[in-house]
Amino acid sequence: MTLEPGLYHLLFISTALFFIGVYGFFTRRNLITMLMSIELILNSVNLNFITFDKYLWPGKMDGLFFTLFIIAIAAAEAAVAIAIIINLYRSHQSIDVENAEDLKY
Amino acid sequence: MPNATIIALIPLLPLAGFLLLGLFGRKYLKNSSGIIGTALLLTSTILALYTAYEYFFVYGKVNGIYQQLTPLKITWLEFSKGVSIDMGLMIDPISVMMLVVVTLVSLMVHIYSIGYMKGEERFSTYYAFLGLFTFSMLGLVLSTNIFQIYIFWELVGVSSFLLIGYYYNKPSAVAASKKAFIVTRFADLGFLIGILILSYCSGTLDFATLIQRLTSPESNEFKTAVTYSFLGASALTWGAALVFIGGAGKSAMFPLHIWLPDAMEGPTPVSALIHAATMVVAGVYLVARLFPVFAITTPAVLEIIGWVGAISAIIAAVIACTQTDIKRVLAYSTMSQIGYMMFALGVAKYGAEPALGYTASMFHLFTHAMFKALLFLGAGAVIHYIHSNDMKDMGGLRKYMPITHITFLIACLAIAGVPPFAGFFSKEEILLAAYQNNMTIYWIALITSGITAFYMFRLYFSIFWSKAHHAHADHPATADRHGEGGFVMMLPLVLLGVGAAAAGFIPFGEFVSSDGKSLESHFHLQFSILPVALGVAGILLAMWFYLKQNDRPAKLASSLGVLYKAAYHKFYIDEIYLFITKKILFNLVGRPAAWFDRNVVDGFINLTGNTTQAVSEGIKKIQSGKVQQYAIYFLGGVIVLAVLFIYIWK
Repeated sequence: MTLEPGLYHLLFISTALFFIGVYGFFTRRNLITMLMSIELILNSVNLNFITFDKYLWPGKMDGLFFTLFIIAIAAAEAAVAIAIIINLYRSHQSIDVENAEDLKY
Repeated sequence: MPNATIIALIPLLPLAGFLLLGLFGRKYLKNSSGIIGTALLLTSTILALYTAYEYFFVYGKVNGIYQQLTPLKITWLEFSKGVSIDMGLMIDPISVMMLVVVTLVSLMVHIYSIGYMKGEERFSTYYAFLGLFTFSMLGLVLSTNIFQIYIFWELVGVSSFLLIGYYYNKPSAVAASKKAFIVTRFADLGFLIGILILSYCSGTLDFATLIQRLTSPESNEFKTAVTYSFLGASALTWGAALVFIGGAGKSAMFPLHIWLPDAMEGPTPVSALIHAATMVVAGVYLVARLFPVFAITTPAVLEIIGWVGAISAIIAAVIACTQTDIKRVLAYSTMSQIGYMMFALGVAKYGAEPALGYTASMFHLFTHAMFKALLFLGAGAVIHYIHSNDMKDMGGLRKYMPITHITFLIACLAIAGVPPFAGFFSKEEILLAAYQNNMTIYWIALITSGITAFYMFRLYFSIFWSKAHHAHADHPATADRHGEGGFVMMLPLVLLGVGAAAAGFIPFGEFVSSDGKSLESHFHLQFSILPVALGVAGILLAMWFYLKQNDRPAKLASSLGVLYKAAYHKFYIDEIYLFITKKILFNLVGRPAAWFDRNVVDGFINLTGNTTQAVSEGIKKIQSGKVQQYAIYFLGGVIVLAVLFIYIWK
């Protein structure tokens, strides 16, 4: 008996990953950790795409391409976000999200 | 056949001059701009004369009729198939005649200005503007369609505005240029509406097609056009009348003439070119261009044209008798002479012999361009010497300025209609045309011609005779010198003097007539006796009053009392305009409109602004700066949308 993961297993993992990411994003105060949470969310989405691609529309490449795009965008987003965080650190000497509250109206 | 390149070069060379001098003149060509402009215009003039020769003597006449040719036609803006605005060149007797007039007078003015404008700060700008004007005027006369003529019509308006306001640090010149622009613009509004009506009725902008469709009762366009009417007159009558309003504005016809006397604030050579010889006759040219439409389709409008011309002619002549600024006298004289051309067209009828007025009008346009340009240039020379525009500062100049004196005298004799000078022939033809068709206008014209002789010689005697001239006490340098302005200023005077003396001998009817066939000009000796006698009487009267300084003019003025005062104040037409605009329009229309704008329009705008501001004050607290709070809002929104999409809008 082989342990072939089914569609529901993978969707369960993906959903779990997504909410872990959401939870982390809402609770952490450190911006780097929040960024990591976003990466988790994005990867859960990737996993979701790959899963549907494999089990529901096998042989079609759409899901794969979306995943590749998301990876590329995530990389760009990480670069931008880290640049913002560095600048925030330079001006506030901190990367705590609560210190960034003066960025309002 | 006509050579399109040569004809196209005639207007394009002055345009090149405008671009060259306008862009680089002030920096690099400061001293040579006069020579450059003159050289370009000389080339244009030669090409124009060549074209005229070729047209009239080589290819223009086919089977005894001068043809209307379009050597060049470019589709410029195509809106849809068959609906387009074209640009082109049209060659027919009147456009070729105008080419010659415009280039010749413009050339004279270019040459003259080298001397007259020497040392001006904006010398090259002046030549650039002259080039622009010449280009626009040549484009106007060569236009193939009514929209093209409108474009150039506005361009001459702009160049006139620029040149009247040339001395822009003089408030009166600025006011005059604005006045000229606004009054003619106002008239051009009528012209534009007229264009729209005529082209809508005929379905075309092209002159030849338009005339052909609107004058033949069989054409479909004509049949539909006559069914439209507004306020009891047909649409065609309105269209033609509105087009004439445009022409009347540009040609300074009563009551739109108020800008012309003020336009004399510009440099004198400009007055000679624009406000005497070329631009102001554009209205006459326009009426002549559309003459078949006026004559066949809307004779009522043509009659109005006749009356407007006659009234302008006599009113201007009366006012001219009382003015003391020599340029203003000439301005009113111009208006009066253009009135002559207008009513000559007005009394003409379509056909061979009855259209004598058409030929006469064009003939007078031609001769008038010669002698009036000469008069202005002569007056310019006098002003150049005396440094004043006022007759009272002049007198006894004949010994100091012999060339100016002789040429001015020739021009005065020409405008007074003394044989054998140019004005005699053209004026005789106009009077004959009026005599054949409308006796009232004939008598008005006859009286006007007597007054013309009187005021022109009043001007002549006041400048060159009257009191003795005391050589300048305040200009010791010129005291012992001759008052003439140098060779470049004398040459145009002499050339135009020859023109003013001899232009009348051109058998004009041979070349220009309403239907292209040559028209025999009859010369009736007994008919000429009365006008010439009146002219001579006018001259003698002027001599009696003004040859020597005496108190007769003052006595006459006081005995005429109210009449003299009214004429001196130009019949209070300016004041009437001011009253209408300031008291009536500003108070009854302007103020309510301003109130409406400030309270209703602005109020509405302020209301939207204030509402937006109040709402945003209220909701700006949501933007707290807490990133995670935003994320929760976002997540909440996504969940709500998901629920909506999944369970409600399945």
